[in-house]
Order: sequence, then structure tokens, then C-alpha cells
Amino acid sequence: MMSAVDTSILDSLEFDDQNFLVNATDWTPAVGEAIAAELGIVLGERHWVVLNFCRKEWEEHGESPTIRRITKGADVGTKELYDLFPGGPGKIAAQIAGLKKPTGCV
Amino acid sequence: MKTKKTLLILGAGTGGTMIANKMVERLDLEEWKIIIVDRDETHYYQPGFLFIPFDIYRPGDVIKPKRNFLPRLVETVVSDIEVIEPDESRVKLANGRTIDYNELVIATGSTVVPEETEGLLDGGWRKNIFDFYTFEGASALARFLRTWDGGRLVVNVVEMPIKCPVAPLEFLFLADWYFHERGIRSKVDLVYATPLDGAFTKPRASSILGDMLEQKGIHLEPTFSTGRVDSTNHKIVSWDDRELDYDLLVTVPTNMGAEVIERSGMGDDLRFVPADKHTLRSDKWENIWIIGDAGNVPASKAGSVAHFMLDVLIENIERHIDGLAPLPLFDGHANCFIESGFEKGILIDFNYDVEPLPGRFPLPGMGPFALLQESPANHWGKMSFRWIYWNVLLKGGEMPFTSQMSMAGKWA
Repeated sequence: MMSAVDTSILDSLEFDDQNFLVNATDWTPAVGEAIAAELGIVLGERHWVVLNFCRKEWEEHGESPTIRRITKGADVGTKELYDLFPGGPGKIAAQIAGLKKPTGCV
Repeated sequence: MKTKKTLLILGAGTGGTMIANKMVERLDLEEWKIIIVDRDETHYYQPGFLFIPFDIYRPGDVIKPKRNFLPRLVETVVSDIEVIEPDESRVKLANGRTIDYNELVIATGSTVVPEETEGLLDGGWRKNIFDFYTFEGASALARFLRTWDGGRLVVNVVEMPIKCPVAPLEFLFLADWYFHERGIRSKVDLVYATPLDGAFTKPRASSILGDMLEQKGIHLEPTFSTGRVDSTNHKIVSWDDRELDYDLLVTVPTNMGAEVIERSGMGDDLRFVPADKHTLRSDKWENIWIIGDAGNVPASKAGSVAHFMLDVLIENIERHIDGLAPLPLFDGHANCFIESGFEKGILIDFNYDVEPLPGRFPLPGMGPFALLQESPANHWGKMSFRWIYWNVLLKGGEMPFTSQMSMAGKWA
């Protein structure tokens, strides 16, 4: 059974027009849970492996990691990554981790 | 005899050739020597590959000897590069020579790597699977299309970023025109599978180009990241298990930087050299610079971008030689003619911060080119660009646009 996640925590936060958190420093794991809930994703242990890696990359390099970076750095296969974050794992993981859209798209 | 200092340029494609031509005029050649290294003696006009499958261009239109475009006073070395040793400011070539440098420009470009996708090189490669980002692929596809009598043609972009992100759209627009002219358009289904959530990377252009796909009866399959190719059953399968059947697959494989970048431990996961997106200097080494698509800067991987990088790069290399800090002058400016078929084209002009907007270019209000809308002038602009490329651009000549993007004449 799905546990209810309180998404009211998001009400006081600022999001851009593509629904990415404006200030990455506003993020907490509870914010991540709430964003995921709005996207219909229940976060499990493997999601957190990816999300923690994304946050670490951002803290070290100031950027959201690409899918390739995640699969190499977080030891998660591409297939698994798509299962965890259906529809576009680079973008969705960044969104849940409170980061900017990855810049691979130019 | 006094030892000269060395400016070493790796790669004699669009970026490397332009920088060689500019620096030979700027540096004091009593004090400096300029060396350019490339493994290939042939210069390819890569924007022309798009036209080869449709027999609009012939091989001779896109191939010329590199030596025609390199200044006499620059030493040209034809060799593979074994390894770059940035901590020693030294490069080892495959021909056994070692070159010490004072300033290094990396212009080794990017290339398609079909090996990155499971099944892509199995049975169907160059039989009913082709790329058009290489001369060989585009030429093989031209031969195939001459006798193809129709079916389902899928164009797929395996993953981003790719060189010239508008090229797959142009391919589809030209294919629509080509099959129309051959009288078999009704027998051809055209499908575009892209990992992006729309036709292009930038919202307003994406919406306009998306509408054009629809008007031309081209089916868009967004957020399709190709996981593998099943060439036995003629289908591509996405990472999230969607399948697309094809009779003819025209693929844009993963784009990566040169292998020497990986061998030298200087690249990111796609072998692109991390560099400052405004100064174009390497993040790690202060005498290493990037031009064109060898770096990881988030600008389009296109010749026009290499051209707009040029002035910034020259100034920053000269500043570094003079002991000054580089200036953050590169704004990500890109300017692309998009062929839309039936002798029309679209022009887009954008940078890191401003997406493509409608308007007139390069003269505000006058043009002659219309931004973000179809016009015959844009098509002729694109077709005349080949002459400009060979005769003006490569030689570092003046172009009628500024390196930094201008908002004049645009409708925000």
C-alpha cells in the first residue's frame, strides 16, 4: 500500500516554468519525497542511490549529472534507471533532487 | 639560435583550420611557431553530408584537400595522436614525434560511435540501417535510396548531445520533398524518434518545428531513448520498452569526442574536454583551449558555433600569452539554417540564455533572412553557405555577423 506523502511542504517553494526547483539549497529529502509523490513515484532505496549521487554531483560540480554520468558513477544500469524514473531519468531524477534540468540538450 | 615557442593545434577540421589561419596573422612568427596535427589529409564539409543521400550534393562538393586551407607558414603534420600529456605540456604522436607546446588548442571534434548501441552494427548496418553523419554513411544511403520503393522510414537520435541538432529534422524535411518528387511519398511513412520531449531543444523553435513535422505528415515519437536495435525483426527498442518497426532506419548514433581525449584522461563520459563555457579554457590546464565540438560547453555542436568561438579564443590566448586572465566573452551564440524542403528554409539564431526568436537577420527589420519562419531566401542562404565555408570561413575571413548574439530585429 502506498504511504501518503505530505506535499504541502512544496507550497512555500519556488519552481520554474518547467517545474524545477529554483533554489537547489531549498531542497531536503522530504522535499524530494513530495516532488516524487506529485510525479507519481514512490521512492525506494535504489531511487535514493541515484538521488544522493545527483546531489553529490551538484555539490561538487554545480551541475545535474547526465544519464551516462549517473550510470557510471552510481552503479545503476541504464535499464534500471529508466525503470526507476520512467519517461526520462536524467530530467526526472534532477527534478526530484531539486536540481536544474541537465544541460545535455542543446 | 633562440628556441621558438609553440602553439600546437590538434585537429584540422573547421575549428582547427580557422584558428590556424587567424593565429598565423596574429602571432610574431620570429618568436612563435604554429603546428597543426591531423590524421586525415581530406577536409570534409560536414554540413553537406545532409544533401548527399538525396543526390543534391555529389562527393566532390564536400571533399577538398586540407592543405588548400592551411597557411604555408603553419607546419602541418599528418599523424594520429598517441597521447596528450597536459601536465608536461607535451603531445606524443603516433609517428613517433613528441611536440612540446606553450599553448594548446584542442579541435579534435566529435564523431558518431554506433558501437555504443546494442545491435546497431549487427546484420542491418549499411543494408537497411544507415547514418548520414559520415561521408561513407551518407554515400551508402544515397545508393540505397535510388532504388528504394517505399516503406517505413524511421529516423532516430540515440542520445543527446549530437552534432547539429537540427540535422535530423532537415533530413526528414528533405526526405518528404525527395519522395514527393519521385512520386512515392504516399508509399513512405516518415517517423522521427527523439529522446527530447519535442522536435527541438528550445521551446519556441520546438513548437514551430513540431507543427511543420505534422503539416508534412511526419510522425513524431518523443522521449524515445534507443536502448537497442533488433535488426533481425527490424525494430528499435527504447530503454522503457517501447518498440518501433522500420523498413529503413536512418540513425544518429551516440556522438563522442576523439579517442585520444579518453586515452589522455582528459574527457568526460562522452570524451568531451571540460572547459569554461564563457572563456573556452580547459577547467584544469591554463594553457589548453577548446574550439568547436571537442569541448563540453553546452552550445550547439556546429560550425557556426566554432566560428563564433574564434574571436573569443584568439583574444583569450593572446591575453594568456601576455599574462592576463581570459575574458568570459563567449555567449553560446549559434546560427543555423534549417532546410525545410521544396527550396525553402528556416533560420534560427540563439545563445546560452536566449532561445530562437522570430525576426529578421542579420539586418534588423530588413533581413534578407527571416528568423524562425520558412522562406526561399533562407534556403538560398544555406545553399550559398557552402561557397562561403570553403572560401571565407575556413580562412578566417570576416563574416557579416558578430560573435555575440544581438537582440536587434527580434521579436521577444
